[in-house]
Amino acid sequence: MKQPQAHHILKTNNLSIGYRSKQAETLIAKNIDIEVREAELVAVIGVNGIGKSTFLRTISGVQNSLAGKVLVNNRTLEDINAPDLAALISLVLTNQPISKNLSVFELVALGRQPYTNWIGSLSKNDLRQIKKALMLVSIEELQHKKCYELSDGQMQKVLIARAIAQNTPLIILDEPTTHLDLYHKAYVLKLLKKLTRKTKKAIVFASHEINLAIQLCDRIILMQDEAIITGTPQELLESGAFSKVFPKDLIIFDKASASFKIKS
Amino acid sequence: MLQSQKYFFTLTLLLLGVLLLTFLNISLGSVSIPVKEVFASIFNLEVSKDTWQYIVVEYRLPKALTAIITGSGLAISGLLMQTLFRNPLAGPYVLGLSSGASLGVAIVIMGASVFGGAFAGILLSKWSLVIASSLGSLLVLMAVMLASLRLRDTMAILIIGLMFASLTAAVVSVLSYFSPAAQLQQYVFWSFGSLGDLAWNEVGILAIFWIVGIILAISCIKNLNTLLLGEQYAKSLGVSIQKNRLIIIIATSLLAGSITAFAGPIAFVGLAVPHLIRQIIPVNNHSILVPAVLLGGAALMLICDIAAQLPGQEFTLPINAITSLIGAPVVIWLLVRKRKFLF
Repeated sequence: MKQPQAHHILKTNNLSIGYRSKQAETLIAKNIDIEVREAELVAVIGVNGIGKSTFLRTISGVQNSLAGKVLVNNRTLEDINAPDLAALISLVLTNQPISKNLSVFELVALGRQPYTNWIGSLSKNDLRQIKKALMLVSIEELQHKKCYELSDGQMQKVLIARAIAQNTPLIILDEPTTHLDLYHKAYVLKLLKKLTRKTKKAIVFASHEINLAIQLCDRIILMQDEAIITGTPQELLESGAFSKVFPKDLIIFDKASASFKIKS
Repeated sequence: MLQSQKYFFTLTLLLLGVLLLTFLNISLGSVSIPVKEVFASIFNLEVSKDTWQYIVVEYRLPKALTAIITGSGLAISGLLMQTLFRNPLAGPYVLGLSSGASLGVAIVIMGASVFGGAFAGILLSKWSLVIASSLGSLLVLMAVMLASLRLRDTMAILIIGLMFASLTAAVVSVLSYFSPAAQLQQYVFWSFGSLGDLAWNEVGILAIFWIVGIILAISCIKNLNTLLLGEQYAKSLGVSIQKNRLIIIIATSLLAGSITAFAGPIAFVGLAVPHLIRQIIPVNNHSILVPAVLLGGAALMLICDIAAQLPGQEFTLPINAITSLIGAPVVIWLLVRKRKFLF
């Protein structure tokens, strides 16, 4: 079955990630070839320390790659200057020292910074984008609250709204569901799914919520020691890739229910 | 922005307050001069006593201007530091500027006696104090800047600044221990701070530094807002952290360094005014905060100067003590009453 190919938002060619210091290179993963298309929700999954954050930092331009290429909207990441990149990729990070004294509106409005004039005044278009972002995440009624009044779940929604206000074709989230209860984990991921459908943005996020990711994502990037496997949840289920994610002494992947179970 | 319209009224009120306080500041003093004569002196009209005109034009006017410059300059540098370090305790002193200045002045005043009197005479003129304190803050600043170019973590700069402060304080104590009483007293007097010692040409030089510092601060307004999200977010929004950090540090140094050189190490204003303003105007948009803090700093300093010169009295209290005496209770009261988050 051939479908018209959707436009590539993110593509990596033979990418190697890791750290480079004066003395040595620490390779974390190599030969990464992935593609993220418009309106796709993609989860990056792997055990702690496998390099999910390094991968996200590399594709978002925070950190340099060791080798290979990252293409954002068909442009090489290294050749894009910081202001231009701010219009292509927006981030949602965990544990940032955000001033809690900011109001929700102010925080979301800061997503418009790449587009405002030298003093940062908001145009009518900026205000419209902010309103739209607040509406998509349904936090309009929170907009006059200060960030210190919010719960963790609400704060996460506000940060997502800020990224939407930045209006980039690609949003990258680093563990958006930590600190949230099961209901809010599902809520946030469902929200991301809804956003990809409504805004046609591509969303890539790192998460430990494999069970939820299998049910919601269009594509999963599975990071393992040996190799990085990508595919739709269905493809990965059929190939049995999930059973290799964790050491087998404690939990096993149950194909029938498509979820992990404690070994009895 | 909509907010600026909303707070335009508050800003206008602050501006009027500053104008009124400036006039009050000029009208009051140890010699009582009728209001009409004060006006006449300022606008160069017929004044009944020449001494009155001299007092107003050569003493009170430059003093009021110095109060406005020091108050607003220190308050702005406090705001810049608090945002850069996302730390409500930061003020101009965290970069070690006033400690550097104190070290310079301490070496000139007390070192002159310790190291022998050959050049003691020339060293103790007013300008040598200004130069010494500028050199002192410049030295510490260079060290902090060098460190900031190498460091990725902004918080480390804060620690380095505090380390320099404590280093220089140690050298100053050693010097004071060996100094004769007269020199020690002179140093202590310098550390009280003073607004009234500046002639017009000195006010002019101070004003140049102030203007450059304020322009630099205004040029960063947008990026200051972005810094409230933390450095990683700021970077993802296209802001160059290293460049802005450098501009903010240079602006602070120009403001706080020149003010300390001319008026002595005035504590408190830089730390407190941004907090006072945040209580009055509950926004975090620097395009409103910067002008508000600027006016607020000027107003506070004018009030403190009026209080320091105690109308009708012969003597003037040290300005450094007055700023804290008046300001500290106000800040404590506001914080306890509102119980708000500072940052």
